[in-house]
Amino acid sequence: MKITENSRFFTRDRITLLIISVIFLLASLLLYTDNLSRQTTNMLIPISCYIVLAVSLNLVVGLLGELSLGHAGFMSVGLFSGCLVSIALEGVLPMAARLPLSMLIGGIFAAVVGLIVGLPALRLRGDYLAIVTLACGEIIKDIINNLKITGGALGLNTLPIYSKPVELLPFAIVLVFLTVIIAMNLKHSRHGRAITAIRDNRIAAEASGINVTYYKLLVFVIAAFFAGMAGVLYGHSYSNVKSVLFDYNMSIEILVIVVLGGMGSVRGSVIAAILLRALPEALRAVADIRMLLYSVLLIAIMLLNASPKFAELRGRLSVRNLIQFFKDRRKQRSSADGKEAN
Amino acid sequence: MTEFFQTLVSGLSLGSIYALIALGYTMVYGIAKMLNFAHGDIIMVGAYAVITTVMISEAIPGIVAVVISVIVCVVLGVTIEFFAYRPLRKAPSLTVLITAIGVSYLLQNLALLIFGSEQKSFKLDFFDMIKPIYIGKVYINGITFLTLVVTVIIMIALTLFINKTRLGKAMRAVSEDKEAAELMGINVNRTITLTFAIGSALAAVASIFYGGAYTYIRPTTGSMPGIKAFTAAVFGGIGSIPGAMLGGILLGVIEKFAENAISQWSNAIVFVVLVIVLVVKPTGLLGKKINEKV
Repeated sequence: MKITENSRFFTRDRITLLIISVIFLLASLLLYTDNLSRQTTNMLIPISCYIVLAVSLNLVVGLLGELSLGHAGFMSVGLFSGCLVSIALEGVLPMAARLPLSMLIGGIFAAVVGLIVGLPALRLRGDYLAIVTLACGEIIKDIINNLKITGGALGLNTLPIYSKPVELLPFAIVLVFLTVIIAMNLKHSRHGRAITAIRDNRIAAEASGINVTYYKLLVFVIAAFFAGMAGVLYGHSYSNVKSVLFDYNMSIEILVIVVLGGMGSVRGSVIAAILLRALPEALRAVADIRMLLYSVLLIAIMLLNASPKFAELRGRLSVRNLIQFFKDRRKQRSSADGKEAN
Repeated sequence: MTEFFQTLVSGLSLGSIYALIALGYTMVYGIAKMLNFAHGDIIMVGAYAVITTVMISEAIPGIVAVVISVIVCVVLGVTIEFFAYRPLRKAPSLTVLITAIGVSYLLQNLALLIFGSEQKSFKLDFFDMIKPIYIGKVYINGITFLTLVVTVIIMIALTLFINKTRLGKAMRAVSEDKEAAELMGINVNRTITLTFAIGSALAAVASIFYGGAYTYIRPTTGSMPGIKAFTAAVFGGIGSIPGAMLGGILLGVIEKFAENAISQWSNAIVFVVLVIVLVVKPTGLLGKKINEKV
C-alpha cells in the first residue's frame, strides 16, 4: 500500500494542494486584473480565514476525535492580541514585516490560551469537553468585551491597520498553504499516527507507550495557534472588530464546515469552507429565505450522507470506480480477443 | 440580608426555568445519546404559539393558550425526532449534532420569516391574577411564585413517573441498554418519541415562565437559555434527571448572584464555575462515574 502510494505522482495530498493552487491562482488573476465584483473581493480574506480555521479545527475534531466548540474563542484571542501589536507597530514597520510579525504574536497568544483550555481536556471526555470548550470560548468573549485595551463593547478600532483585499491576499495565500501543508504533514507523520491511535483507542495507545497528555495538548496548541493567526488576518480586513461576533455560534459554524467536509479530511475542509462561505452570497437573490435554504440544505446533506442507499449510489458513481469500470471493460475485451485468437 | 434573599428568590426562579429546559436535554441525552441543540428553539416556538393564540382572540383565556403551546411543542418535538433524528439512529454522534444545529437554524429562520425580527411583547392574563407575596421584606411577584410552584410540582410528578410507572421503567431501561431493552419487548422507538414529547412539553412550560420573566420574545430568544440549560444539564451530570434539576437551579442562583455583584461578568462567572466543577468532577455533580474497561 505504502509503495503504491509513494510511486504515484498524484497522491491525495498533492491533488489537494493542486486544487487550492488553482483556486487561488484563479482568484488572484481575477482580482489583480480587476475582474472581480466588489462582493466577491470582500469575501476572499474571510474565506481564507475560514479555510485556516476549518483545517485547524479538523485537527482537533477529525484527527484527535475531541469535540471542540470554542474555536472562535482562540481566533478572537489571536485577533485582538495580534491586531493590538499591529496597531502599535503601525508606521514603525512596513506592512510586509508588520503583518507576519503580528500574526505570529497573535498565534502565540492563542496557543498559550489553547494550552490552558487544553488542560481540562485531559480529564474530560466527549460532551463534557465540548461544553468546557464552549464555556471557555464564552469566557474569552466576555473578558475581551470587558477589557479597556480591546475597546470594550464598542469593539477595537482597526482602521489604522485596515488593508484592502488586494494587499492582504498574498498573506492569506501563504497562511492557507502553510496551514494545509503542516496539517497534512502532521497527519502522515509519526505524531499524526500517534494522535489517530489515541482517537481510535486511547487505552491501547497509552499501553503502547504513546504519551496521551503530550499529544492531546499538542493538537490543542497547534489548532489554537493557526486559529489565532487566521484571526489576525481577519482583523486586518475590517475597520472595526467586536468580540461578541466570536461567540459559540461562530465556533459551531466552523464545526459545521469540518463535519460537512469530512472528519480528518484536509481537502474536504477546504472545499466545504469555500462552498459554505460562498453559499449565502450566491443565495443573495433570494435574500429573505437564504438562511432557511441553508438550514434545509444542511439537514438534507447530513441525512443523505447517513443513508446507506445514498452511500451505495455515491460509491458506484465515484471517479475511481468509473476508471476501474473502463479498465475492467478493456481487460475483458482484450482477454476476449485473446481467446478468439486462440 | 433582605437583598440576599431577594437575589436568592430571583435566582431560584431563573434556575427553575433552566431546570425545566435542562430536563429536556438530559432525558433526550440519556435515552438517545444525542445533544439536541434544537431544544432551546422549542422554547421560542412555544412562546410564539402563546402570543399567536392570544393575538387571534382576546377572549381566549391564558390557560388555554398555554395548553395550545404545549400541544404545538409536543407535536413539533415528535415531528423533528421522526424526520430528522430517527434516520440517524446509527450515525456517528457528530452527524446527529450537526443535524440538530441545522434544525435549530431552521426553526429560528422560520420564526424570523413568519413573525419578523422585531421583538414582541409577551403577556398572559393570569400573570396579574396572582398577587405578589411578601415574606418579611422579600418581595415575590406573581410570575416568580408561579414558576417556583409549578416547577416543584412538575419535578415531583416527573420523578414519580420515571420511577413508578411502566413507561418510566421502559425509559430507564432504554437509557441503560438499548439492545437489552428491545429484547425485553420494549418498543425503543416509541420510548424515544415519548421522551421527546415530554422534553418538548417541559420546554413549552419553560417558555411561558421565560416569556413572563423577560416580557418580550424574538426569533433568537431560545438560543441563550438553551445553551445555559445545556450547561446546567452537563453541570449536574448529563443523563441524570435529579442532576438536571440541581444543575439548573444552581446555575440560575449563581447567575443571579453574579449579576448582582458585577453584572457584565455574570455569564463569564457562570462558565468559570462550570469549568471548575467539571475539572474537579469530570462527569458533573450527580453524573455516573464511567468505569473504563480494557
